[in-house]
Amino acid sequence: MEKERTQVDDIDRSLYDFRYEEKDEDFYRVKEGLTPEIVREISREKNDPDWMLDFRLKSLEIYDSLKVPDWGPDISGLNMDDIVTYVRHKTKMQATWDEVPQDIKDTFEKLGIPEAERTSLAGVGAQYDSELVYHNVKEEVLAQGVIYTDMESALNGEYEDMVREHFMKLVPPTDHKFAALHGAVWSGGSFVYVPPGVKVEIPLQSYFRLNAAGAGQFEHTLIIVSEGADLHFIEGCSAPKYNVANLHAGCVELFVGKNARLRYSTIENWSKNMYNLNTKRALCEEGSTMEWVSGSFGSHVSYLYPMTILKGNDSHCEFTGITFAGAGQNLDTGAKMVHVGERTSSFINTKSISKSGGESTYRSAVVIQNTAKDSKASVSCTSLMLDDRSRSDTIPAMDIRTNQADVGHEAKIGRISDDAVFYLMSRGISEEDAKAMIVSGFADNVSKELPLEYAVEMNNLIQLEMKGAIG
Amino acid sequence: MALLEIKDLCVSVEDTEILKHINMSIGKGETHVLMGPNGAGKSTLGNALMGNPAYTITSGSIYFMGLDIKEDSPDKRAKAGMFMSFQNPLEVPGITLSSFIRNAIMQKTGEKIKFSQYRKELAANMEILNFEESYKDRDLNVGFSGGEKKKAEILQLLMLKPAFAILDETDSGLDVDAVRTVSAGIEEYQKNEDGALLIITHSTRILDSLHVDHTHVIVKGEIVASGDASLVDEINEHGFEKYINE
Repeated sequence: MEKERTQVDDIDRSLYDFRYEEKDEDFYRVKEGLTPEIVREISREKNDPDWMLDFRLKSLEIYDSLKVPDWGPDISGLNMDDIVTYVRHKTKMQATWDEVPQDIKDTFEKLGIPEAERTSLAGVGAQYDSELVYHNVKEEVLAQGVIYTDMESALNGEYEDMVREHFMKLVPPTDHKFAALHGAVWSGGSFVYVPPGVKVEIPLQSYFRLNAAGAGQFEHTLIIVSEGADLHFIEGCSAPKYNVANLHAGCVELFVGKNARLRYSTIENWSKNMYNLNTKRALCEEGSTMEWVSGSFGSHVSYLYPMTILKGNDSHCEFTGITFAGAGQNLDTGAKMVHVGERTSSFINTKSISKSGGESTYRSAVVIQNTAKDSKASVSCTSLMLDDRSRSDTIPAMDIRTNQADVGHEAKIGRISDDAVFYLMSRGISEEDAKAMIVSGFADNVSKELPLEYAVEMNNLIQLEMKGAIG
Repeated sequence: MALLEIKDLCVSVEDTEILKHINMSIGKGETHVLMGPNGAGKSTLGNALMGNPAYTITSGSIYFMGLDIKEDSPDKRAKAGMFMSFQNPLEVPGITLSSFIRNAIMQKTGEKIKFSQYRKELAANMEILNFEESYKDRDLNVGFSGGEKKKAEILQLLMLKPAFAILDETDSGLDVDAVRTVSAGIEEYQKNEDGALLIITHSTRILDSLHVDHTHVIVKGEIVASGDASLVDEINEHGFEKYINE
């Protein structure tokens, strides 16, 4: 018998890369390219307070003064002059599902939002292009005093001061070029405030997606979890496919109060032409716990390194991540931990999978400042390459400024064992299913961290990614 | 017609010829034993029969139920009714023993099985193997001891009910008690009158309580002797020396 080499072809993403036909008059569009006039226009259209307009214009200046990063995957295919920065559907905010227009419902149906609603997740804020069109917060959550609304409502309503106090304080526009861009043109996103001592029992969730060709998405998520409070927030992303370069430069800012706990789960599944340049950051006060669960699928290029600042003594952070890079994808992901307080601890545990020529890079930084006495940090990253054409790199940086810290690091790179595939096949399981089973098992510690329906979705995504001709 | 017919089979691993012109015929319900010293090619035969792609068949053929299967992938062979209990079962995180076996049964038969009925049968078979029930909810072989892994293999044998099973060194590394329970599981399989076995072993401990129809002795990739169950006793007494020196 001839020995056969196995190649898994590019996957069929038809389930996710659909386009919804719409008439152009449904949209309000700004001119392509980015100028102060456009930023003013966006601000006027959104009824921004004056300080926000000033903030946007200053951010634009910073944007113009900064260079694109030159240390990561190539983003020269991204031309900002092509990006229509703001596309807004004419639909106003919807109070109930019944009032949502049918075409939007159909799109959401394909993305599974009604299912999520049915399974009684606490509130659904679904972003259609740049604006929230459907928003529903369960009364029990509201009754606890939890504020869950879209950013625009928070900014233009009674929470303006709270927004002003926190907005882009963790991720200042000077951070990098795309943070500056975000500051100038941000639109949409979620605002959550959990009052002291309130434990939100059911996860709050938000969906973001992009639908118009060449449109960037710059949603802003601001979450404030007060002292002793507890929240699980889920962010899910999916976008249809287009041939024009697409950009996502969202921003997530999380404030975790004293002895509070926040879990932030994400499954990002961008279409494969997307440049995903997202910035996420959390600030932890004394005795608090921050947990990240992050799944990165899709996108053409991703730069994603959620950062946690362990400011308060005895604060703690865990990061669990998985990245899956297929054909034509270069995903540069990881995490950053900054230990400031004493006895702070952080754990990073990531898995990455690359196949069909995909490239995945694990990039992390652990910084232990000299104030962070008796702190602990551990980093573990494992990569799985499914064929000889794929690439996997590990770049873990550590900057330890005290000798009173306990730091560990472990990196492993491997391939699917032929023996394991043969073992499963000897039980009647096809080669394709056997490999999918092994990859799912590899991702298992991440799936276990997700709520059941998301774990199922992630497994389905892996099965979908693994489908293809064998021979 | 024999259930399994091996004709003039030559097998190589990484361009080194291991098996030379093997002939064997196994009928329905028969138990065959393949014995030989370490490195004789016993496991190579098992792997070649099951279709491990690391083993290359350079000439000869394998007929199973009258069809030449030597080009078939391992999953096709399994679906046709073949099974192999591995010498070193692999650990597969992310799927429990119970759902793995259920999945394999459904793949094989192409039919859904009732969960209640499945659970009952699984529990009964686990009891025969003196296999603690909580293991069904543990990830396949992950963190199992050597003995537990072998029990899990025999449990799969009992649940999948293949027409022909290769047991590759199932007794290696097991203590006396574990050999006894695993052997009880194999006896249970033998109760199914149509089930044929090829037991690969270099010791005879596992055979003590089993019915054996035929014995083959393999040395340096060639079958040097065949006989009935009495050949097992002879080897037990004199070892392989006689054949090695020939």
